Amino acid sequence: MDILSNIFVIAISAIFLNNVILTRFLGLCPYLGVSKKLDSALGMGMAVTFVITMASAITWVINMYLLGKFNMHYLQTVAFILTIASLVQFVELFIQKTVPALYRSLGVYLPLITTNCAVLGIAIININDNSSFIDSVLNGFFGGIGFTFVIILMAGLRERLDKAEVPAAMKGMPIALVTAGCMALAFLGLSGLSF
Amino acid sequence: MKKMMNNFSKGIIKENPIFVLVLGMCPALAVTTSAINAIGMGLATTFVLICSNILISLMKNLIPDKVRIPCYIIVIASFATICQLVMEAYTPELYGALGIFIPLIVVNCIILGRAEAFASKNNVLASFLDGFGMGLGFTMSLILIGSVRELLGTGEVLGYAILPEAYQSNPMLIAILAPGAFLTMGLLMGGINMLKGVK
Repeated sequence: MDILSNIFVIAISAIFLNNVILTRFLGLCPYLGVSKKLDSALGMGMAVTFVITMASAITWVINMYLLGKFNMHYLQTVAFILTIASLVQFVELFIQKTVPALYRSLGVYLPLITTNCAVLGIAIININDNSSFIDSVLNGFFGGIGFTFVIILMAGLRERLDKAEVPAAMKGMPIALVTAGCMALAFLGLSGLSF
Repeated sequence: MKKMMNNFSKGIIKENPIFVLVLGMCPALAVTTSAINAIGMGLATTFVLICSNILISLMKNLIPDKVRIPCYIIVIASFATICQLVMEAYTPELYGALGIFIPLIVVNCIILGRAEAFASKNNVLASFLDGFGMGLGFTMSLILIGSVRELLGTGEVLGYAILPEAYQSNPMLIAILAPGAFLTMGLLMGGINMLKGVK
């Protein structure tokens, strides 16, 4: 039961309380750039979730057994970004060979993920918090789910916003940001939850 | 000469990275809770941007085309690490306030974007001016957002009281919380569009 409740706590806190986008401000570029259509938002969210989970696991191992062992923590940023960049390349090749159908739907988003700060951000947060291996992976996975959740909500809203009458100066990015602000306000209301 | 000036000045207004190109939004929203944080973040990013632009334009003939993006990322990551270590040593308070957004300078799209779009095609002096102008435009936008948020959220800017005490004792706290970042940014962007008289 302990494990289950642990998973539940991590899930709620990563999706609602410390949402990557709305509370931690990570991964805003894809959030604002790829949230115009519902299906591309879903694709991006799935690709990000996948890469964040893998990256959380691998960077944890690298930090523990490579950087920690040789006392080279100052190389953290360089080592992590290299790992993530090569991981993304590797995942892209692997999916292309094994699951072509998945590649066709996720392919375009994969190269963009290298410079998605949510991936590097969550990896660094895990290390700073001294999370255990399991917690890091769970944090990564549910962080990705939180990202997907918010980007899909946003895509739905923006598809509607296209049809709404908005003052000329606010069209496009400004109104999207104000909408995001209202969403963040709603999420802020959940921050009273505690376990 | 005129072309040189243009390389420098285009980043400040015409191609302002935040308000026109909409790049590098994460730090622009996350660390602008006060004007001083905005200045720190802006200067750190400008430093990395100028250094990586200079180094990449020097190495542009050495880097094979196929692996150029990983090479750029390593160059940028090295300068971000230098910046991180220096700030940790000399400005620990600011370092604490900016938190993980210092190492995250690596994935700031502005820097990789300028490396790819400008420094890899131009000479050293032009790349330096481009990096300097873009960095300045980024810093100024951050200061603008940071000042507005600090003014509304606390009634002060850079620690100087601007609004009357009655406001300071009961300020619009939302401006320095997470939703305030999105709202301020969106409204400022709309305001700028209106000034430009878009359509």
